[in-house]
Amino acid sequence: MTAAVPHPHDIGADPAAPLVDLPGHSSRGRLERVLRRGEFAVTAELSPPDSANVEDVDERARNFEGWVDGINATDGSGAHCHMSSVAVCAILTRIGYSPVMQISCRDYNRIAIQGNVLGAAALGVGNVLCLTGDGVQCGDQPEAKPVFDLDSISLLSVIRMMRDEGRFLSGRKLTTPPRVFLGAAENPFAPPYEFRPVRLAKKIAAGAQFVQTQYCFDLPMLRTFMTKARDMGLDERCFILVGVGPLASAKAARWMRASVPGVHIPDAVIARLEGAADQRTEGKRICIEMIQALREEPGVAGVHVMAYRQEQKVAEIVHESGVLRGRAPWRRDFVPKLQPVESLEG
Amino acid sequence: MRTWSLRHAALMERLYAGFEAALAAAAPILARIGFARLERPVAAVEGAVKGLLFDCRMCGDCVLSKTGMSCPMNCPKAMRNGPCGGVRANGNCEVYPQMRCVWALAYEGSLRMREGGAIADILPPTNHTLKGSSAWMRLARQKAKAET
Repeated sequence: MTAAVPHPHDIGADPAAPLVDLPGHSSRGRLERVLRRGEFAVTAELSPPDSANVEDVDERARNFEGWVDGINATDGSGAHCHMSSVAVCAILTRIGYSPVMQISCRDYNRIAIQGNVLGAAALGVGNVLCLTGDGVQCGDQPEAKPVFDLDSISLLSVIRMMRDEGRFLSGRKLTTPPRVFLGAAENPFAPPYEFRPVRLAKKIAAGAQFVQTQYCFDLPMLRTFMTKARDMGLDERCFILVGVGPLASAKAARWMRASVPGVHIPDAVIARLEGAADQRTEGKRICIEMIQALREEPGVAGVHVMAYRQEQKVAEIVHESGVLRGRAPWRRDFVPKLQPVESLEG
Repeated sequence: MRTWSLRHAALMERLYAGFEAALAAAAPILARIGFARLERPVAAVEGAVKGLLFDCRMCGDCVLSKTGMSCPMNCPKAMRNGPCGGVRANGNCEVYPQMRCVWALAYEGSLRMREGGAIADILPPTNHTLKGSSAWMRLARQKAKAET
């Protein structure tokens, strides 16, 4: 007797499942499936290369293959220019990955952004992360004109309007709306702290279906935020993925704290790194412990791993943390347990 | 002066409510004089008064009552819906380390206001065609239109 073929509605998080429309889903992407299925999701951040070579994107994405449910392609992060997020995401969809396109309001006005969203969706990008973006002064071209025509919240509402109402901000109709799962960022570790959960509620009201937070190195602070978020019922209205990452050394941690906007690292973490014989290994251990603690935190739907310049460590971090509990995200040599699409009908 | 106005956000809110009622009452008179004729002198006065009180940038699309009486156009990212993620631990701006975050001030201001909860409203993108025009006259025009 052959195994029963699952009903299409029950495809859920299986990475080999065909990417068909599922009821109640905004996108056809795997990230949304995994989250809606109630799995603990893992996403990772890819730094787009300073090159016009497609191989460079492939090489960077391979670091995460089989270990993450979504790959974020940053959009000029830290106001430094790299390959565009939309192009990186388009390359990733061709390989088969589930990319998260980041849009920063710093570099484009509303006309450019709406066009970009249509293009990305047409190229198979299923997830969009709406950001305001770092100021131009952070980067190596501070003379640039900051655009900031929209902010992250109006950006969310514009894309949601395109998707759900099938029209541009002007009201002009779209013939095919973009099927995208909408995300936002939140930073529970920056003032005004009491306002942060209210701001998350605003983002959800504007259309955010998932959030990825800034790096979390301070669990008590995150718990204060999560308690308020749970009291407001926010964890039930959106998937909260908490940002994590390995610190390479105490020196690197100090530099990040001083130079990367919005990063909060408690002194105790830096002291722990300094006291360690091998700081790099200790940084990884701190990251793994954080992931494991977040796995147990009510209302946390997953983690977003940002391992800048340590991307090759992501697979071992996810593996050693054990958060996937045996679940294997998509990879290109995956052996499908399911039959091809046609047989699902029967 | 901007921080003074914010510390007195409740007073500013009452003043503004009174001023709005006065504007509404005066709307028919203003309409008779002609809004087009009044636009430039009023915009100049408005720019001076709000500039002094709020460091107003005359975006023409004023939302002060919904941002704790802290003008969001002073934010280098022109954020109209809340603070960005880059606010420094001391509550200062990511871009200008010497300046208090516009939204840290906005949140404090909103707590002092009776209608401060409006800070949770989602504001649409700024209408850049209004830049430099008088928000007061726009309000008066709307009131005059509503009455006819």
